[in-house]
Amino acid sequence: MESNLKRTCLYDKHVALGAQMSPFAGFDMPIQYTSIIEEHNAVRHACGIFDVSHMGEVLISGPDAERLVGHLFTNDVREMTPGKVLYGMMLYPNGGVVDDLLVYKKGDEEFFLVINAANIDKDVAWMQENCAGFNAKVENQSEAYAQVAVQGPKAEELVEKLLHVTVSDLEFYTFKELEIDGKKAIFSRTGYTGEDGFEIYGDAAYINKVWDTLVGSGEVLPCGLGCRDTLRFEVALPLYGHELSQDITPIEAGLGMFVKMDKPEFIGKEAIARQKEEGVKQKVVGIELHEKAVPRNGYDVEAEGTRIGYVTTGYQSISTGKSVCMALIDSRYAALGTEVDVRIRKKLFKGTVCKKRFYQKNYKK
Amino acid sequence: MSKVIEGLYYSESHEWVKVEGAYGYIGITDYAQHALGNIVYVDMPDVDDEVEKDAEFGAVESVKAASDLISPVSGKVVEVNEVLEDQPELLNQDAYANWIIKVELTDTTDLDSLMDAKAYEATCKE
Repeated sequence: MESNLKRTCLYDKHVALGAQMSPFAGFDMPIQYTSIIEEHNAVRHACGIFDVSHMGEVLISGPDAERLVGHLFTNDVREMTPGKVLYGMMLYPNGGVVDDLLVYKKGDEEFFLVINAANIDKDVAWMQENCAGFNAKVENQSEAYAQVAVQGPKAEELVEKLLHVTVSDLEFYTFKELEIDGKKAIFSRTGYTGEDGFEIYGDAAYINKVWDTLVGSGEVLPCGLGCRDTLRFEVALPLYGHELSQDITPIEAGLGMFVKMDKPEFIGKEAIARQKEEGVKQKVVGIELHEKAVPRNGYDVEAEGTRIGYVTTGYQSISTGKSVCMALIDSRYAALGTEVDVRIRKKLFKGTVCKKRFYQKNYKK
Repeated sequence: MSKVIEGLYYSESHEWVKVEGAYGYIGITDYAQHALGNIVYVDMPDVDDEVEKDAEFGAVESVKAASDLISPVSGKVVEVNEVLEDQPELLNQDAYANWIIKVELTDTTDLDSLMDAKAYEATCKE
């Protein structure tokens, strides 16, 4: 089994750093190097670097590229200018989510899509199945790109100083392509931590160089997927398979702002319109426990002695110390302030429905 | 790499027992704390609860996972280490200096099936 795992181009560096490696989305990935807490705090207060080369990249190009992306994607790409990035989802006709993704507009006929590693095959097949009648090409470029995320309040300063590039001109959710050593690399002001920072896409050679330069400086801490999850969780960024899935629509997940109903059409629009009109039966909420205990994915949420849902992600928040979780529950219990219970092993722990954002984002806008 | 110390009894599930007269102090090993990573919560039984050899009596939770505590011996809980309620990270700092529960041993022959330091050290290397 283990031998079937894919390795990113930075694999040897993770092993040399003594990282705890674990399978994730078919890749053997670093979970932590020294301590999840230390890595988490580095990103909140200084700067960390993540190997996210497992993420998938797809290029949609051709005269109908914009129309095809608009057909597949919930957000509105019509107003985008080249250099802009948008977050949104691809939906099934029933409103369930195929994947959540970033769309980069490279040019009027060129869109670069960044998708979840676990969903690459499924997503590419979905795009190909639904591109009939569009004069556009769908290309899976995942193998060609390695990627690192450099995140934290010091990311801008350190990326500029150490990599000798200018990124301070990038606004939040914009990108630029730079030619470095004769090859193109993409720098975007995006991330999955709630902090300012950049995602850098390039070939294996360049990404290795970026890693070596930043990590070698001693100013940027290598960070594993363990703290990537604790960081994104605290600022309520969803993880596909947890807060979003084929069984959880964006409306149920509280992400309706990324679904633009004034677009002429997109796959899933009718189902979402119906759901908006009729209301949702289940909702992703935040819950704060009254006692210290750790609510984890899959644990039951109960009210008045009945199961009303389950925890999608939960932690003792590293930044706040609070025992908190996101949970998918019966929407009748979803109002802020509702008292619910979370079953942790044999015991029931009392909690209160609260806002999902447990920590304030610190973006540079 | 992990530390193992002489004079304790060890279980395959990485708990240790230190025997003092009729009582046993139970904790987790250095190997266990290292495998778990940053420990953020220890779920302990109450005083006067009965624990049973090879049965779960609580859990140690790290940032990323919960791990059951399995009692290496049977007995009655006479004390729990309340310091761990506020400072669970002490288990990361020194897993042997911070016991989790103290039990009154029911049957000292429970200890016969446990490993000594040397045998435990060998299992950690496997």
